[in-house]
Amino acid sequence: MTAVAALIDVEVDYPGRGRALGPFGLNLQVGEIVALVGPSGCGKSTALRLLAGLEAPTRGSVRRAAGRGETSVVFQSPTLAPWLSATANVALPLELSGVARAEARSRARDALGRVGLAAAVEARPAQLSGGMAMRASLARALVTAPRLLLLDEPFAALDEITRRALADDLLNLWSEARPAIVFVTHNVEEAVYMAGRVIVMTPGPGRSAGETRIDAPAPRPPGFRVTALFRDAVETISNQLANATRAAA
Amino acid sequence: MSRLSFLAPWALIGAILVVWQIACAVLHTPEYLLPAPTAIAMALARNAPMLALSAWRTLAMALEALVAASLFAGLLALMVSLSRTLDRAVRPLAVALQVTPVVAIAPLVVIWAGVDHPDRAIVALAAIVAFFPIFSGSVRGLTSVDPDLERLFDLYGARPLQRLLRLRLPSAVPFIVEGHKVASGLAIIGAVVAEFVAGSGGAEGLAWRILEAGNRLRTAEMFAAIVTLALMAAVVHLLFQLLEKRALAWWRGR
Repeated sequence: MTAVAALIDVEVDYPGRGRALGPFGLNLQVGEIVALVGPSGCGKSTALRLLAGLEAPTRGSVRRAAGRGETSVVFQSPTLAPWLSATANVALPLELSGVARAEARSRARDALGRVGLAAAVEARPAQLSGGMAMRASLARALVTAPRLLLLDEPFAALDEITRRALADDLLNLWSEARPAIVFVTHNVEEAVYMAGRVIVMTPGPGRSAGETRIDAPAPRPPGFRVTALFRDAVETISNQLANATRAAA
Repeated sequence: MSRLSFLAPWALIGAILVVWQIACAVLHTPEYLLPAPTAIAMALARNAPMLALSAWRTLAMALEALVAASLFAGLLALMVSLSRTLDRAVRPLAVALQVTPVVAIAPLVVIWAGVDHPDRAIVALAAIVAFFPIFSGSVRGLTSVDPDLERLFDLYGARPLQRLLRLRLPSAVPFIVEGHKVASGLAIIGAVVAEFVAGSGGAEGLAWRILEAGNRLRTAEMFAAIVTLALMAAVVHLLFQLLEKRALAWWRGR
């Protein structure tokens, strides 16, 4: 397997706030889904920004096989431009990289259709519910057919039912083109449900406190949440998380 | 009760006018000191065409000033938003201009505009007053973009011009519109104050009517001009409020 991106012994110091991350390493293979789990302020988002190339590490190095246009980010809030329609929002990354407007808009409408928003292509963000806005944000991330998809607590602000529905939809969408995904969350069950590999991080500065592989097919079969595999993994990871947090306190 | 609450301000105005009228009749106040509401109403009716013309002149100067302030403040805000050094350089001067009372600089502007052109001085002074809210609103709008949207534009490799036209300017729209709303009220105040100081030459605005009636102790006419001014300012305020509402609805899509 080849790596899409790698963090090699990276450390990130912020002036005045000390070390936020590291030393931390992550080797991301093609088509795999990795979840980063940890308490608030453990440098998860910093790790994502390094992978996206939006920030540079203080020490260590970042390798990225996926280029600029092949990386997409979804933030905790939908981050849609309120003055643009859903279609125009989703078409934005294409238009900025020089795709003709008509083609960009048509691909944007396709992407919105794939996330279940075919009826809301002309809606403005203010007219969308939280879950719908998040779907539009997801469509914008997928419209460029990225090789690397970075998700920073994308479902944290949503209710449980919407959250689960979006998790399933995301896995289905992932299975079409299989981009590598790094997924930041502090919800252990969500991490186990989504990822093939779950990395627990310590409170700041973030380091790896353990890694668990989830050997189950993706997208998950129905009823996966009630299997012994799911429950055992959740328990193992929850313990790792509790130990890491206790050790720091 | 609450269904009729929209009548409350009218009821209050009515009550004040009735008490005022009775007080004038009972106390026999001389008309130059406090004319009765009916006397003011008659002065309004008698001078209506002249007052309307004066209101229009004041309004025209205020609007000219608003347009000038808008162009200049918008351009400067744009430049300042692109350069932090320029921002640092311009800020103290902009604030100094804002905190100095317009009355204090009026004589200077009158000299520069030429004593034969008080209308130019009035427009310039009103523009100075209207400048600051548009400038500071625009700067704030242009520089307080959602940081995650900025990151997305970084990620998409947006060029500086794309970032300006497709991110900063559109997200600044609500701030810019609000700045213009505040500035519209200030421009009228600025025009009236400036007219008091500069005189009005050929352009006899409402301030001139107030001054002239005052000099002749025609207090009812003075009140009539003040009422006209208040009505005009209120209408302009309402119009800009409506404009802001419409603009925001368009911006948000509802």
